Amino acid sequence: MGSDPFLPYSSKDAVVCRGIGKTWAIDTPRAHEALRDVDLDIRPGEFVVLLGPSGCGKSTLLYLIAGLEAQTSGQIWSFHDEVTTPSPDRSLIFQETSLFPWLAVWQNVSFGLSIRGVPLKERRAVARDALSRVGLVEAMDKRPDELSGGMRQRVAVARALAMRPKVLLMDEPFAALDVQTRAKMQDFLLDVWRDSGASVLFVTHSIDEAVALADRVVVFTSRPGRIKTIVPIDLPRPRDPFSPQCEALRRLLTEELRGEVDRAFAEQEALARTG
Amino acid sequence: MSGDSVAGRLSAPRAGAWARLSPRSRAALARIGWGIASVGMFAGIWELLWAIGVADARLLPPPHIFLGNIPDQARFFNTAQRWQIGVDASAGPSPLGAVGITVAATSMRVFVGLGIAAVLSVTLGVLIRYFTLLEKLTLPTITLLSPVSPIAWLPVAIFMFGIGNAPAIFMVVIALFFHMVLSTISQIDGVNRNLINVARTMGASKRQVYGRVIIPAILPQMLIVLRLNLFASWMVVLIAESTGVGFGLGQVIMLARNTFNPSLVFFTIALIGLLGFLSDLVLRQLQRRLLYWVPEATGVLRGL
Repeated sequence: MGSDPFLPYSSKDAVVCRGIGKTWAIDTPRAHEALRDVDLDIRPGEFVVLLGPSGCGKSTLLYLIAGLEAQTSGQIWSFHDEVTTPSPDRSLIFQETSLFPWLAVWQNVSFGLSIRGVPLKERRAVARDALSRVGLVEAMDKRPDELSGGMRQRVAVARALAMRPKVLLMDEPFAALDVQTRAKMQDFLLDVWRDSGASVLFVTHSIDEAVALADRVVVFTSRPGRIKTIVPIDLPRPRDPFSPQCEALRRLLTEELRGEVDRAFAEQEALARTG
Repeated sequence: MSGDSVAGRLSAPRAGAWARLSPRSRAALARIGWGIASVGMFAGIWELLWAIGVADARLLPPPHIFLGNIPDQARFFNTAQRWQIGVDASAGPSPLGAVGITVAATSMRVFVGLGIAAVLSVTLGVLIRYFTLLEKLTLPTITLLSPVSPIAWLPVAIFMFGIGNAPAIFMVVIALFFHMVLSTISQIDGVNRNLINVARTMGASKRQVYGRVIIPAILPQMLIVLRLNLFASWMVVLIAESTGVGFGLGQVIMLARNTFNPSLVFFTIALIGLLGFLSDLVLRQLQRRLLYWVPEATGVLRGL
């Protein structure tokens, strides 16, 4: 394990992971190892994409950093503090709609404030501000089921921003959207990210998405999830997906991933055979 | 929709008026039309069987007989305590008034029982998920008792509460309580994890997660469970009332059985059916008002 107990405390990094391992259903016959020995540092304001085949444990890492689950081994810090519980400093955005269907859009956005007992007027003001950053002020008093999928995800982003998080954790947030909406949402996310100054940790299995968004792409191996390689992308945004640099990056990432996808596939088949 | 077309044909002479109705009231009228058609079809078959001599009027009197003379039937609903010494057989309210009192008494037992059962079971279900110790202590017993037939509780109801309203209400509560607890627990387990996780990342405490996420999230399903249990409580209340509550629809059924009066049996059954239907309508309206966020089209049980 590569843990150095002294180093992370002096670090100003947004997220520091040292020797992270996670085994689900540990001590049961159904135990399986999702993550092994992950070391990862995320700088303040950095946009990091976790890329890997499905089921490789990249979402698990997100949940651990969010503090929603406890790691089996290793330690996680975020800005000097060890992560043991969820915190409003680290907002999580999910793939599927996670808006509360019984609340109006603005109440959804200010949910975290109402938990802290902030008065209604202030909540509405904060919600208006956050919704204006995602261009949805006019939908403030609507209910989530009156919005399209893309709009709902923008509300989810606004809800995360309303907490003024230092780290935005995104679990395949655009995977359920159609291709055109997805491209628009990526541009939108980059704007929001630049405005907010937060670090973004973005999980995806789409190489295109990784190339379009990331400062660094962290490629994961399949089960147990380990970091295979980290590819820095030093290109100005917005990036032309058809530029030779992007082509080369896509080819590189495809090569890195191919073996992993094959391995994951074979493993899943073996698992299905043994039951 | 086929409902619209049939209703449209029915009101063909006033097609202009039909077209001027809003789609909502047109749908409502179509629904009522279908309801009448459905009941009318069964009544028609019954009348036909009577007309050709298959259904004996003394055993299976058709609707025109048992609904033909309502004041005559209503005599049997006398709510005066006639078995008491010194009470005249003709004492008590007017026959139709007595029907009203009987119906009100039975409905009251159903709704009070349903209300108590709902509050108790949802509360206990939530507490069971909230406190693990409570789950370990109570859940096995609840699971053990939930398949017990309400009829088995009847002697217990009488031992504990004697006769009157209390045992009838107790019967309704006990018949619904156990499996409504189990159903509450399974609803809680089915709450979308993402909603809970979102609340947690925003700093919600366990109590806030339950109060602001889990309870609103289970409400829609719980109301459907309540509606389904409404029918069960209409069934149970009759059993409870047949044992000497004083008056009530169950008591009238017993009277009809003891005096061999099939006409009165079917009259009472018709009354119970109507009441059950109306109370379902009330709950459905309540559901629509309370659960404004549940889109109507997704209610699989909406047309129930």
